[in-house]
Amino acid sequence: MKRTVLHYTIGAAVAASLGGFATMASAAWEPTRPVEFIIPAGTGGGADQMARTIQGIVTKHSLMKQPMVVINKSGGAGGEGFLDLKSSANNPHKIIITLSNLFTTPLATGIPFNWKDLTPVAMLALDEFVLWVNAEKPYKNVKDYIDAVKAAPAGTIKMGGTGSKQEDQIITVAMEKATGTKFTYIPYKGGGEVAVQLVGNHVDSTVNNPIEAVAQWRGGKLRPLCVFDSKRMSYDEQVFEGKGWKDIPTCKSEGLDIEYLMLRGIFMSPKATKDQVDYYVDLFKKVRETPEWKDFMKTGAFNTTFLVGAEYAKWVETEEKRHETLMKEADFLAKSN
Amino acid sequence: MTTNSSSNAGPSHKAVEAGVTTVIGLFGVLVIFGSLKAGIKWGAEGPGAGFFPFYIGLFIVGSSLINLWTGLREDEGNLFAEWGQLRQVLSVVIPTTIYVGAMPFIGLYVASFVFIAWFMRWLGKYNWLTVALVSLGMPFVTYILFERWFLVPLPKGPLENLLGL
Amino acid sequence: MEEILNLFQGFAIALQPFNIMVMILGIVLGVVIGVLPGLGGANGVAILLPLTFSMPPTSAIIMLSCIYWGALFGGAITSILFNIPGEPWSVATTFDGYPMAQQGKAGEALTAAFTSSFVGAFFAVVMITLVAPLVATLALRFGPAEKFAVYFLAFCSFVGLSKEPPFKTIAAMMIGFALAAVGLDSVTGSLRLTFGFTELLNGFDFLIAVIGLFGIGEILLTMEEGLAFRGGKAKINLSVVLQTWKELPRYWVTSLRSCVIGCWMGITPAGATPASFMSYGIAKRVSPKGANFGKGEIEGVIAPETAAHAAGTAALLPMLSLGVPGSPTAAVLLGGLLIWGLQPGPLLFVEQKEFVWGLIASMYLGNLVGLIVVLTCVPVFAAILRIPFSIIAPLILVLCAIGAYSVHNSTFDVAMMLVFGVIGYGLKKTGYPLAPLVLAIVLGDKAEEAFRQSLLGSQGSLGIFFSNGLVSTIMILGLIALFWSVIQEGYTRLRTRAATA
Repeated sequence: MKRTVLHYTIGAAVAASLGGFATMASAAWEPTRPVEFIIPAGTGGGADQMARTIQGIVTKHSLMKQPMVVINKSGGAGGEGFLDLKSSANNPHKIIITLSNLFTTPLATGIPFNWKDLTPVAMLALDEFVLWVNAEKPYKNVKDYIDAVKAAPAGTIKMGGTGSKQEDQIITVAMEKATGTKFTYIPYKGGGEVAVQLVGNHVDSTVNNPIEAVAQWRGGKLRPLCVFDSKRMSYDEQVFEGKGWKDIPTCKSEGLDIEYLMLRGIFMSPKATKDQVDYYVDLFKKVRETPEWKDFMKTGAFNTTFLVGAEYAKWVETEEKRHETLMKEADFLAKSN
Repeated sequence: MTTNSSSNAGPSHKAVEAGVTTVIGLFGVLVIFGSLKAGIKWGAEGPGAGFFPFYIGLFIVGSSLINLWTGLREDEGNLFAEWGQLRQVLSVVIPTTIYVGAMPFIGLYVASFVFIAWFMRWLGKYNWLTVALVSLGMPFVTYILFERWFLVPLPKGPLENLLGL
Repeated sequence: MEEILNLFQGFAIALQPFNIMVMILGIVLGVVIGVLPGLGGANGVAILLPLTFSMPPTSAIIMLSCIYWGALFGGAITSILFNIPGEPWSVATTFDGYPMAQQGKAGEALTAAFTSSFVGAFFAVVMITLVAPLVATLALRFGPAEKFAVYFLAFCSFVGLSKEPPFKTIAAMMIGFALAAVGLDSVTGSLRLTFGFTELLNGFDFLIAVIGLFGIGEILLTMEEGLAFRGGKAKINLSVVLQTWKELPRYWVTSLRSCVIGCWMGITPAGATPASFMSYGIAKRVSPKGANFGKGEIEGVIAPETAAHAAGTAALLPMLSLGVPGSPTAAVLLGGLLIWGLQPGPLLFVEQKEFVWGLIASMYLGNLVGLIVVLTCVPVFAAILRIPFSIIAPLILVLCAIGAYSVHNSTFDVAMMLVFGVIGYGLKKTGYPLAPLVLAIVLGDKAEEAFRQSLLGSQGSLGIFFSNGLVSTIMILGLIALFWSVIQEGYTRLRTRAATA
C-alpha cells in the first residue's frame, strides 16, 4: 500500500515537473472523440495561425489522446462559427478561439448570439495593436502624424484596416475622437493585405497587429509610431535599426490616450461541466509551457496574460460593455430590421 | 397526364421555359426587395450595401421580361422532355432529396449506405452481394480518408455515437 | 548569375532522399485532395500543416507546396471525367474537357490538361527564378483600383460574344452577381439579402454552386437520356499520352499566351480561377477554331489549365517576397512559414537563401514528379468511365454531398447543392448559359469590394479608375475585350471599304 502511494507521489512529481502541474485530471473527464477547434475567421489570419500553432503543439507533444481538428467557420464575420457552437450544447468536443468579433459581430450584424451563450475556458493571450506608417513618410512620432492629418483636407488621409465595424475601425474612430481629426477608413479582407497596402502607399496608416506587419518593419518598409497599450511591450530583441518592440512608446505617452487589446481566448460549447472546462484549461496550460508557444508569442509580440474561470468571465464582461459603448458612439450598431 | 402518355407526350418546351423565366424574374424581385432593406443610397463614402444588388435585381427582372416575351412568341411544338424521361430524372431527384434531408439526423455514413444500396438495387438491378460490397465499401473508405487521414469530420448520427466514432 | 548558382544549391537540397520522398508523398496527397470536390488545396494544406511541424522547414514547405501542385493537377480529373470541377480553377476545364470525354477522348483530354499544367507552372517558376525582385515591386503597385481593373479585364475577356440569346446571358450573369452579394457586406460590415436566415450568413459559396450546377445537373441530364455514360470507349493505354503529345506543340501560341495571362493574374493577385476563365475566353476569340469551343476542342483544355497552373505558381511569389498571399492556399502556406519562424517579406530572399532556393528548386522538381505521377495514371482514370452508370452515379452523388459539406461543414450547403443541381438542369435545358453565372459568383463580391474600396479612397470619384498609367491601361484593355467583336467587325468593314474605294 505504502509503495503504491509512494509510486503515485513520484509519478505525480515527475508529471508535475514535465507538464508543469499535477495530472489529477486523469480521473476526470477526457475527450472520447476528436475535438473540433473552430476558428471564426478565414484561413491565414491571426486567429487561424494561433489555432493551427496550438494544433501543431498538441499533436507534436501528444497532449491529447484524441486528435484535434481545426475548422474555419468565417461566414458573416465569424457569426457562422459562433452560431455553430451555440447550437452544440452538451457537446464537449467543440471549442472555439475568439477575437474581438466575439463582441463586434453580434453588435454590428444583429445575429442572435452573445458570448454568455458559450462556456468561457481561458484567455490565452492578448494581441497588441500598433500604429504604423510607411517608412518613406517623414512622420517620426505620433505628433508629426496627427499634425499632418489635421493639416490635410478632411477625409483625404486613409486608414487601412481589417474588416468593417471591427477592432481596426473601432480604434480609428477612437483616434478621430481623441484628436478631432477625420480619417477615411478602408476595410480589407486580411491583416497581411492591409500591411502591404501601406507599403504600396495605397493607405496612409494602419493599426496592424505586430505579427501582421513585423516582416515589413524588418524590411525597413514600415515604421511603428506607438502601441495602444497601457505599458510598453516586453520583447527587447532587435527588429530593425537597433530597435525592438520594447522601444515603441505607448500611444498614451505620445498624447493619444487610447488603449485597445484584442482577446485571443478559448470558449467551449454551452452547458459544459466543470470537469470538461478543467480538462481544456489543463490542456492550454500545457500548451503554454512548450517552447513552440513561447516562440510564437515572441514573434507576434503578444501580451501573455493568462486568465481562467471567474476572472476570465469578468474580463470578458467588462470588455463587452466597453465594446458596446465604443460601437454605440461610432454608430456601428445594427439597425433593427 | 392524360391517357395517351405514350412515348411522345410531355410538357412543352415553351411552357417550361416560361416557368423558368418567371421564377428567375421573381428571384429578381426578391433581390430588389432585399436590397431596399439593406439601403441603396450612394453616400459620401461610395455606394451602400444594397446599391449594386438593387440594380442587379432590376437587370434580372428586366431581362426576364424580355426573355418571357421572346419565349412566348416562339412556335409551339417542341417537347421539353417526355414524361418517361422526367420520371427518370425524378427517380434520382426524390431519393437524393430524402438522402440530403436525412443526413443531419442519421449522419452521412448511414445515409450514404442506404442511398447507394437503393440506387444500385432498384435502378441498376445488381445482385445483393455487389450492392453490399459497394454500399458498405464507399462509407468505409470515406471514413478512413476523411476522418482518419485528413481529419475532416463529416456529419454523424446515432449509430456513430453508439459506436463511439 | 548568382541566382543560377543559388538555384543549383537549391537543387542539391531538394534532391536529398528525404526531400524527394516528401515530394512524392505530397504530390499523391495533393492529387487525392484535388480529386475530392470541396476538399480544396487550401483545406488540404491547412489540414496537413501541423503534421509538418516536426520536419525541418525546408522539407515541410516542399511537402506543402507539393500538395499544392498535386491539387492543381488533380482538379482537372473529375472535371474531365464527370463534369465536376474538383477545384474552382478547373471549372473552365469542364467546358471542353467533359465533351472530349463524352466523345471517348478522356485520355487525350487528361494528357493535354496535365501537360499544360506542367508547362504553365514551369513557365511561372522560370519567371520567379529570373525576375522575382522586379515582379515583387510591380505587385506593390496594386491598390484597390488596380485590383478592380484586373477583375474587370478578366470578366470582359470571358464575357463577350456567345451563342446564347444575349438577354439569357445577362440574366444568368446577374443571377450570379446577386448570389455573390448574399451575406455579409465586407465594406459596411452589415448583412444583406439574408432575410433573417442565419444559414445565409456565408452567402453562396462558389464551389457549392458549381458542384450542383455542373455535377448534379449533369447526372440529371444523363438520367433523362437513359442510364448510360457516353465515353466508355475511351482508350486505356499509355500510347494515348504519346499520341496527344505529338499534337500539342501545334498549340504553342495558346500555351504561351495562357502562361503570360496566368503569371499576370497570379502576381496581381487575382488568382488561378479568374486566370483560367480569362485565358479560355481569349483563346476562344482568337483561335481559328473558336466556334468549336465548348464542343470538345483540345485547345479549350490547354488554355485554362496552363493559365491556372501558371497563376497558382506565380501566386507564391508575392507571398514570399511581400507576405501577401496570392491565393487562399498561399495564405495557409504563409501561416506555415510564420509558425516555422520564417518571416515572409522583403528580407526572406536575403536571410533565408537556403530555404527560398530549396523551395524554388522543389517547384521545378515537384512539378516534374507530379507530371510523371499523373500521366502514368491516365489509363486508370480513363478506365473509371467504364464502370456502369448505376454504380458510379450514386457514388458521384455521395461524393458531391461530401464535397459540398466539407466546404463549410454545413448540411445546409448540401441541400443548397441539390437545389443548384435542379436549377442547373432547368437552366441548361432552357438555354441559359451557366458559365457567366459561375464566373459572376467567383468575381462578383471581390470586384464589388475592390470597386467600393477605391471609391472610399477617392471620396466617391470614378476618376480613380483612370488616375494613373497602370490602372488606365488595364481598364482600356478591358473595354477593348468587352467590345472586341464590335471592333473586329468595324475593322473588317473598314478594310472592305478601303478595298472597294
